[in-house]
This record gives sequence, C-alpha cells and structure tokens, in this order.
Amino acid sequence: MKLIRGATNHEVLDLNYPLVAKTLVRFIREELNGRGYEEAVVAVSGGVDSAVTLALAARALGPDKVHALSLPHRDSSPESRSHAELVAARFGVELETVDITPMVEGYAEQTPGITPRRKGNVMARARMIVTFDKSEQYHALPLGTGNKTERLFGYFTWHADDSPPVNPLGDLYKTQVWGLAEHLGVPDEIVHKAPTADLEPGQTDEADLGVRYRRADVILEHYLKGYPDEYIVALGYTPAEVATVKRRVNRTHYKRHLPAVALLSSTAINEFYLRPLDFRTEDG
Amino acid sequence: MVRHAILQLKPAKGQIGRNLEHLEAALAKLATEEVDVAVAPEAYPTGYFLQGGVRELALEAAELEDRLSAWHAAHYQKPLDLIVGFYERDGGDYYNTAAYLELGGRGLLHRHRKIFLPTYGVFDEERFLNRGHELKTFTTRFGRAAMLICEDFWHTVTASIAALQGAEIIYVPSASPARGFAGARPANVERWETLARTVSGEHGLYVALASLVGSEAGKMMSGGSLLAGPEGEVIAHAPPFTEAVLLADVDLKRIPPVRYDNPLLADLKAGLPLIFPELRKIVEEL
Repeated sequence: MKLIRGATNHEVLDLNYPLVAKTLVRFIREELNGRGYEEAVVAVSGGVDSAVTLALAARALGPDKVHALSLPHRDSSPESRSHAELVAARFGVELETVDITPMVEGYAEQTPGITPRRKGNVMARARMIVTFDKSEQYHALPLGTGNKTERLFGYFTWHADDSPPVNPLGDLYKTQVWGLAEHLGVPDEIVHKAPTADLEPGQTDEADLGVRYRRADVILEHYLKGYPDEYIVALGYTPAEVATVKRRVNRTHYKRHLPAVALLSSTAINEFYLRPLDFRTEDG
Repeated sequence: MVRHAILQLKPAKGQIGRNLEHLEAALAKLATEEVDVAVAPEAYPTGYFLQGGVRELALEAAELEDRLSAWHAAHYQKPLDLIVGFYERDGGDYYNTAAYLELGGRGLLHRHRKIFLPTYGVFDEERFLNRGHELKTFTTRFGRAAMLICEDFWHTVTASIAALQGAEIIYVPSASPARGFAGARPANVERWETLARTVSGEHGLYVALASLVGSEAGKMMSGGSLLAGPEGEVIAHAPPFTEAVLLADVDLKRIPPVRYDNPLLADLKAGLPLIFPELRKIVEEL
C-alpha cells in the first residue's frame, strides 16, 4: 500500500516574491497618487533595504520619476558609496550626492565629547533633513526603507529612518527583504553582504543585535503570533535567542508610536478622536 | 437570463460625490449591455476604514436612494437594480449596510445591516457601528435574493439560512485587505473563492461577490470579485487589486434541475428538525 506523508504544517516566512513585488509597486503608486505625488525620493545607503525600495519605486513610477540620494559622511565606508552607485545604475535611476559631513561636523565641533553613537544618530537625522528638503525641492515623496525586523527591534534612529510617510518594506522581515531583493535583481554583492547601519566604523547589524536575522525572524514571527517560548525553543532556537528577541521588541514599543500625550479630555487625539491617516471629507 | 454587472471599484477616501460619479460612469460605459442588476462593494461611497469618521460620512438610506434615483432618471429608460454597500445613519445609530435599490421602479427594496462586525486584527467595526439583527430574503423583479456583507458570508450558516428562506442568489458586497502572500494569490482571495464555491455548490444558488480595491493607507483592498453558479462553478472572476467590471448572465432557471440532481438543500430542510434541538441548546446556553 502506498504511504503518503502529509505536507509540513508550520509557519513559513517564504513568500511569493513576484506577487509581493507587484503588490508593493501598486502600493507605492496608489499611496503617492492619493497624496498628489508622482515622484519619490529614496535615500540609497548601499544596503539591501534601500536597494529594494529603489527597485520598487523605479517599477512603480518609472526611473525618471525617482530621485535617489547618496548621503555619505566622510567616515562612511567607501563600499557603501560604491554600492549605492551600483544600485542606482542597475535600476536606471540618477544618483544625486549630498555630503553630510559639514552638517554633522558643524554640530560635532561645537559638541566636545560627542560619542560615536551620538554622532551616528546625528548622521541619520542629517540624512532625514536632506531627504525632506529634497522632497520639497522636487515635489517628490520620501519613501522609507525600514524593514519589519529592525522596526520590531527598534534598531533605527528615532525620527530619522522611520520618518518617511510611505514605507513599502515595513511589514517584511529582513529574511523576506533578501528574498524580494533576489527576485528584483538587486546585485548579489549587496544581497549577500553583512547588513550594517554604517554609522560607526566596522559596525554590523547582527553583532549589534546579538542574534542572526534569519533566526530572529522565525522567532519574531512565532512570538508575534502568540506561540509560547517552549514552542519556539522546540523548533531549534535557544532560550537566550528567544529572550534577546523579546527584550528588544518590548523595550522599544515607544519607537513605533507617536509620543505619549497627557490625556485630559474625551477628544484626545488617537485615543478618543480616531481617524485613519488617509481620512478626508469632501470639504477637507 | 438576468444580466449582472459586478463593479470592482476603488473609491477615494471620504469623497462620496466623486465616488458615486465614478460608479455612475462605470455603469454608463455599460449602456449598450442591457444590465439588469449591478453590484457595488461594501462601504463603496466612502471607502472602508473610517474609524470614528463613520459619524461624519454615514448617509441616510433615503439620501443614497434619492441621489442614485435622480441619476438613473436622467440616463435610463428602463429600471436598473443596484446593490451598494454604504455606512448608514439612522437617527443616532450607524450601520454597515447593503441597499438593494430598484432604480426606476420601487426604489429601496431591501436593506441588510451587517450582523457579523469584525472586531479583531486589522478590523475594528463594532467599536464604531451597531450590529444588524435581521437576515431576510426578499423578492426582486427576477427572483428571490439575499444580501450578506463580508464577514456575514464567512459564517456559512448565514448563507444556509438565506437558502432555506428561498434565496436563489446571494449578493455579497465586501472589503477585504489582502494578507497572506505565500501562494499564487493573496490568501484572503483564495478563501473568498473557496467560500463562494462551497456555498453556491451546497445550496444550488448563485453568489455575486463585489469586492473593493485600492490602498487604504497601506491596507491593499484585494478585489477578487466573482460570480459563482449553482454547481459551485466560477462564472466570472476579477483579478486582484485592479478595478474591473464583471459582466455575466444569471440563469435562475438552472436552479431547479441542479437542485434536483444534487438535493442537498432539500436534505437540509428534511434533516433540520433533527439537528435543530442541538442548535437551540447551544443558543440557550450562550
């Protein structure tokens, strides 16, 4: 008698990337058009997240409607710069460079004892200032590049990387961004390099986080869906990894919200007075 | 034959006048197709996610009827039946409602107020809306019909009740944010098709699903509107995400022979008295 084994039955992170790409392209187009924009600004770091965002934007709007920005600081890795050029060339988007060194150093000179971490945050916020100014200059909406893993870990500079109003990758784990990058034809050297914020020399994400992305993402998916720790450990993850992931998520909820406001009335915004961000009325 | 047009449309958030004009323009393009019945999605005049904005944008049923009747009178010689989902204001109460309008005829023929208000995950309807409490079939110019809105239809017991009450066609305005991207189509689109085929095949009736499209602040309404026939077959199917009009004929005369060959509805009627005490017990214990 023939023995037929059932298919495996567990949470999977792998997605139908062509379908995801098509959906995100439509998302970019509709969110921009709904806000009266036809063009986008993407700050391109040389990493995989901004490469994927640029590829999607170029597909959605046409390469000539996308403004790619390279925003290096003198301490940035030269590889970041060359990878930003490679990505822009691959997707046919012109790359504009604005050196943020004078902005950052202008502040740093007045601030004795500034630590590398603080300076890294200033760099990220200087990039945000340039991105929004270019948005105004070109009437082009900034696209965010933050993925779900870094958003859940709070692994970003608050009010910098998270500030663009439209973000196509924010519900994709890093593992899924890699999958999407391969589908979109992001150059291999960018997909396969060690992810880095490049805010401090020699920095890598996975060293900072204390857990590998591919492992963290499976833990996150199960944790967010409410599986208990024992279940996740039984899948082959260590209690220490699970604890690291949960700690990072639960220490950073504030970074995924607007600031806490003292509630004094029954019309407090986003507490009582609730409207979705795309809400309009005919006279509004 | 009853010619149906299923309108898979994308509204602009809160722009009621513009959205109704868009619907009217879609129907105007079908002027030579002799459409008898048109079906628009859930919450079409405003868009789906409004939160507390329901209070500002809900319409009285009479307002909607007057507006569409005036348009119909200016453009049509013959009656047109139109099913449209909208947020309804009735005094101080707010509902997620589907109206069946016999334009150029008896006007508002029936309204169904959504019973199952999803209030989980991405949904928050019961915070802002009242539940409907009735599920009734009604007689149109063509036959016996019922309307169910979105989650109403995800509980197949509602369609069973409609079928037992004699429905030959169930109209389902819906708004369904796409989620689940591992397969060939979004998982919710697959689920909708499975449901429509299951219900239509079980009861030997037609199901007309009109599903919203458009990105509502990142929630990509999936579309996937369809018409399913009495043997559980898909007669017409719209692609996900994009605006589309499905044009298809409903042949209610197929229903008796299909039900004769596959008498599940008759069997349900016969068996219902046997299982009803159990159902009553469950309800009484709630």
